[in-house]
Amino acid sequence: MTTTALPLATERTRHRSGQVRAEAIAAYVLSAPAMFCLLGILILPTLATVVLSFTDWQFGAPTLRWIGLDNYAHLAADRVFWKSLGNTVLYVAVVVPVSVGLGLGVALLIEAGSSGRAFYRAAYFLPVTATLIAMATVWEIMLHPSIGLINVIVDALGLPKQNWLKHPDWALFALAGIGIWQALGLNMVLLLAGLKSIPRDLYEAAAIDGADGPWTRFVTVTLPMLGPALSFVLIISAIRSFQVFDTVAVLTEGGPNKATEVLLYTMYQEGFSFFRAGYGAAITVVFLAFVLLLTLVKARIAEKRVHYS
Amino acid sequence: MIATRHLPFAVFRHVVLAAGAVVMLAPFIWLLSLAVKPADEIFTTDLRLLPLKWDAERNFTEAFNKVPLHRYLLNGVIVTAAIFTMQVLVALPAAYALAKLRFGLAKPLFALVLLGLLIPGHVPAIPHYIMLSHAGLLNSYPALVLPSIISVFGIFWIRQFFRTVPDDLIHAARLDGLSEFSIVWRIMLPAAMPALVAFGILSVVFHWNDYFWPLLVVTSPDMAMPALGTVYLRNTEAGTDYGPLMAGTAIITAPLVIAFLFAQRRFIEGMTLTGLKG
Repeated sequence: MTTTALPLATERTRHRSGQVRAEAIAAYVLSAPAMFCLLGILILPTLATVVLSFTDWQFGAPTLRWIGLDNYAHLAADRVFWKSLGNTVLYVAVVVPVSVGLGLGVALLIEAGSSGRAFYRAAYFLPVTATLIAMATVWEIMLHPSIGLINVIVDALGLPKQNWLKHPDWALFALAGIGIWQALGLNMVLLLAGLKSIPRDLYEAAAIDGADGPWTRFVTVTLPMLGPALSFVLIISAIRSFQVFDTVAVLTEGGPNKATEVLLYTMYQEGFSFFRAGYGAAITVVFLAFVLLLTLVKARIAEKRVHYS
Repeated sequence: MIATRHLPFAVFRHVVLAAGAVVMLAPFIWLLSLAVKPADEIFTTDLRLLPLKWDAERNFTEAFNKVPLHRYLLNGVIVTAAIFTMQVLVALPAAYALAKLRFGLAKPLFALVLLGLLIPGHVPAIPHYIMLSHAGLLNSYPALVLPSIISVFGIFWIRQFFRTVPDDLIHAARLDGLSEFSIVWRIMLPAAMPALVAFGILSVVFHWNDYFWPLLVVTSPDMAMPALGTVYLRNTEAGTDYGPLMAGTAIITAPLVIAFLFAQRRFIEGMTLTGLKG
């Protein structure tokens, strides 16, 4: 806890309650704009989305009707919605472990030596700064069935060429590959930050206790100390990949045959292409529920780790 | 960290990292290669990095002729600068209050910030759209900027950083007669620079590259942000002439990539200093 009122000088003690009050007033004034925006721009519109999901409102319609859970009942019976939800979960289930695992591997390898650090960091982080929607077009050409670099390589390796983005079995994985390429660098940088905050003397202490192989050191010191950073990265990366939209909207438009239909794209189509705002809001609520559920799961895991350690 | 001094390990480290780096950089290299090739050299399976006949000039001129690329870049600069400025103006004082001042609602307010961290920006999109539409603000800079002036991540990030700033610095400023407001802008703002560089890069990258929100609120080509602009360029292309498309893509992507390469040391520093210690 930060202490701002120092109880040292006795002659100042008299003024302390006045100081405390002045400090509190300053704090309210300073945080007022942020709290006003937080409520007005984030919290209340989010609640409005929830309310909207219980109505039949369409963009531009003069009236709206309270229809209770009808939108949700409709969703539950909608095959496209279930496909979309399943695809999103599968996408997250592929992108998160691979991009966090590779991000951790790269961060450990970069930290394990001293040469070339800046170059590798920049090389792996570059895709994060690139405009995904623009680079998606490059990926589209690289994944092109006849002139694409990927198929040239695949062919050279003697494997069957594919029309990656048009094949129902491959399209979602091709998008996941692009997602991993884009997410890896951010995970790496966040984990590098975590690695750097591990005190070096812990490794020396572990060495004295006989843990001096790289693997033992990793398991006894690095992994436990990296725990908070790792769970932060997992949740950030899960939330981000849950929001997959750009590559779907530009490269596949949910196809072929709904193979790459994902939640946010379904929400965009229902809400903004078909102007069914109420229905779109219901999909948004499901989307939010999943994000919150993920966070809850993560909080539970973090809690358990604290209990056991 | 793991001070393995063996030569085989050093070789292994470089081989693995370099191989990975080639994969990560391949799309960029491919992009540059296609951007300078004539159409007939793009439609071939010959793996050739440099073109036989350089067609860079035609590709880049064509890209600028097809769509107002300079306009997209300008919009990108204006909107991302406005967003980042507003985010800092709103977040910095709050982050200072949450990190360094004692007040009754400090805990509930911080809880609200943490809650806000969990709400993806797409969730309030429909109400935002309705409000902006009612205010007659669709297809304008305010429409692109307003929903993003609050960055909960920014508040959280800067607060974490401020907790590492020694209290003595603030006491000294108070003894010098500085008000809390002056402390925020004259002491804490300069102190927060490393954190602000890191946050600024993340914020600008996010909004420069955002496609979802501009797709909803932008209706005329001259208001397009860079990411949406690339899609306009894509749509002018019937699917044969990739050269100009790649040239345009390179122009949209270049500013951020170059800016990051220049700021990368400070960015990593900022990320590391702030740390993830909760």
